[in-house]
Amino acid sequence: MKKILAAAFASAFLAFAPQAQAQTPPNVLVVGQIAEPKSLDPHAVTAVNDFRILVNLYDGLVRYKDGTLEVEPSLAESWTISDDGKTYTFKLREGVTFHDGSPFNAEAVKFNFDRMLKEDHPFHDTGPFPLSFFFSTVEDVTADDETTVTFKLSAPYAPFLSNLAYPTGLMVSPEAVRTHGKDFGRNPSGTGAYKFAEWDANAKMVAVRNEDYWDGAPELEALIFRPITDANTRIAEMLSGGLDVMVEVPPDSLQQFKTDESFTVLEQAGPHVWFLILNAKEAPFNSKAARQAANYAINKKALVENILQGTAEVAAGPTPPAFAWAYNEGLEPYPYDPDKARALLKEAGYNGEEITFYVTEGGSGMLDPIAMGTAIQADLQAVGMNVKIETYEWNTFLGKVNPGLEGKAAMAEMAWMTNDPDTLPFLALRTEAMPDKGGFNSGYYSNAKVDALLEKARQVTDQRERAALYKEMQEIVQEDAPWVFVANWKQNAVTKASVEGFKLQPSFFLMLQDVRKPQ
Amino acid sequence: MAAYIARRLLAAIPVLFGLTIIVFLIMAMIPGDPATAILGSYATPENVARLNRELGLDKTLFEQYVIWIGNLFQGDLGRSYTLNRPVLDEVLERFSATLILAGTSLVLCSVFGLLAGIVSAVRQYGWADKIITLLVLVGISTPSFWLGLILILIFAVNLRLFPASGMYAIYGGSDLPDLIHHLTLPALTLSVVATGVIARLTRTAMLEVLRQDYIRTARAKGLSERKVIYKHAFKSALVGVVPVIGIQAGFVIGGAVYIETVFQWPGIGSMLVTAISTRDLLLVQGGVLVVAAAYVLFNLFADVVQTLLDPRLR
Repeated sequence: MKKILAAAFASAFLAFAPQAQAQTPPNVLVVGQIAEPKSLDPHAVTAVNDFRILVNLYDGLVRYKDGTLEVEPSLAESWTISDDGKTYTFKLREGVTFHDGSPFNAEAVKFNFDRMLKEDHPFHDTGPFPLSFFFSTVEDVTADDETTVTFKLSAPYAPFLSNLAYPTGLMVSPEAVRTHGKDFGRNPSGTGAYKFAEWDANAKMVAVRNEDYWDGAPELEALIFRPITDANTRIAEMLSGGLDVMVEVPPDSLQQFKTDESFTVLEQAGPHVWFLILNAKEAPFNSKAARQAANYAINKKALVENILQGTAEVAAGPTPPAFAWAYNEGLEPYPYDPDKARALLKEAGYNGEEITFYVTEGGSGMLDPIAMGTAIQADLQAVGMNVKIETYEWNTFLGKVNPGLEGKAAMAEMAWMTNDPDTLPFLALRTEAMPDKGGFNSGYYSNAKVDALLEKARQVTDQRERAALYKEMQEIVQEDAPWVFVANWKQNAVTKASVEGFKLQPSFFLMLQDVRKPQ
Repeated sequence: MAAYIARRLLAAIPVLFGLTIIVFLIMAMIPGDPATAILGSYATPENVARLNRELGLDKTLFEQYVIWIGNLFQGDLGRSYTLNRPVLDEVLERFSATLILAGTSLVLCSVFGLLAGIVSAVRQYGWADKIITLLVLVGISTPSFWLGLILILIFAVNLRLFPASGMYAIYGGSDLPDLIHHLTLPALTLSVVATGVIARLTRTAMLEVLRQDYIRTARAKGLSERKVIYKHAFKSALVGVVPVIGIQAGFVIGGAVYIETVFQWPGIGSMLVTAISTRDLLLVQGGVLVVAAAYVLFNLFADVVQTLLDPRLR
């Protein structure tokens, strides 16, 4: 019996040995994703994980210029904006077809926006379209001729162009939507560099080279996206050769890949900010001195270097530096100065009363929220603040924080990733964005000057003029300290050394059009 | 026998029905809702309300349940909000993957568990018994997700004998050898604890039987030791062990939740974990229903086998 078993095992090992070298074939790029895509309909999804795939299958009217968050032409060759900032006219690229062979034209653009925005559109029921509010200012889209399309906005809205560059603005084939209806998300068709080929649920999504790509066919024959939810398994798969690229490497493992020559590690700061919302309605943080004290008391450098192990940088203000054009380079982060914090707390009249601090267990962009929350608690305790932590699971946490902190907590963790410098401050720092008005200003910050600057920045369409307004806003907000500005996350990725031309983008999208892997 | 099986199946219906109500209530009680989970940072009350309306979640819980149960009778488990596909398709696909994994593990743990238990009992206090008892103790105490990671580290990363994750190779493959290749590590990991439990139980049951008078009689008649153990002792011991294997089937499916996550096995356990965290009520409901039904069937099967083995129960 034993001999038979031993023989069976030995032959099993031998039988599998040849195919065991899990190497990926040349000219095919295997990407390790953090989850199964929800849908390949760009208008129906909200997760960066899905965006990473979609930007390779579809194009928008505009896109982000390589390495920046500034827009450049894509399916639209050029555009004009009316003086009142309410009419955008796009000239479309000619001769572009969707993967299913149907033509890309002004009617197709109109179909895309009508489907998302008009509840009486025959294909509106192929949604829901959770991020369609990105285009809530769009009143009407008209196809003037085959290659001209006009958008009428209800009010001037400068972030419109960068919202078009977001995946919610990618163009889907109307023909494919008509054919597949609700199942379009599993039978996608766009104009992108790669064509959808196969989706084997929970195993892989395959896209192949689009030979007719208007911007030049890519060199790779195919992309394979594999969902591997467990970070440790993703690392094991990368180490054993089953992946060419993996994203979102945990800080602990990044060092291991950095020291191994068969891998390349990439890092790129993105439009992310991690902060603490301070409740400006109630003591102690109704006093500016106390809010500034919290900013001085927390050792952000230690958080970023020790807990996040260098995967983030210290934040100076409400706008991430990734928005290079709108970022105020003059801002310096609040230095770590416990003595100053103590003095400011005294000035604010705080005497060690207990305050509640909402901490989340996880959540999108929250990095290592429990460890960070504990370190922050210790820093605040060191300057005499009596901080009590309450920890909640992400969905529960959002349900507590978004309606406002009044009567519940003095501070809460939060993180945002956005595509335009307008989004976060407009939704979370204006008087008009208080929770009872449907916004995210959960700490009740209010400054008339900031309100005015943000309103104005939406109305001017000249980028330089807008930038000046955002820069001024950042200075005021930093001084008022409605938040403790903590960190800007750097996304990371590891590739096999044989992968060429791979880059990370500040948008956090994974643009694979120019990647090569000859072997 | 047929009447017995029919009675047991009928009795399972109210159990499953009650279960769907409990799942509905639990999902309603845990904070957070699908719209918030989908919208994440953008979950303003206004956006949440709009999305809930489009998802049909603005109805009362009772109405939602009635709609769900009505559809169930037409074989429709609804549509998953997060996956944007019919729940039934997803659940069946995932469940067959789990069945392959859990079924293999169950076979492995039954075979190894019974063998180890018999050897251990026959050689009581001998070296084989001591080694098996020690291994069983270690096996029962090892957290399976940890064991899975260690096996991945040794056999996938260092030796590169087995793949680290997945059910089929991502290019080529998809045949039986490929499946076995991918199945080996997760199935072994999943079977370890149950092997230990079955081995322990078999040992106790065998020791008890071996002390019975009829065994002494059998030996006295001059039967070979092999015949005494396998024909006489093992058959009676099995009567006590089979229902435990039935219960272990439930634990193996439950344990599959971790193992599927660690090995990225596309089964129903990892599906449920994701569905719960995204508050995908219909997907949770469909998944739990299928798992519970399978559990009921496994136990029924074990009881039937037991009845066939033990004439006293007929």
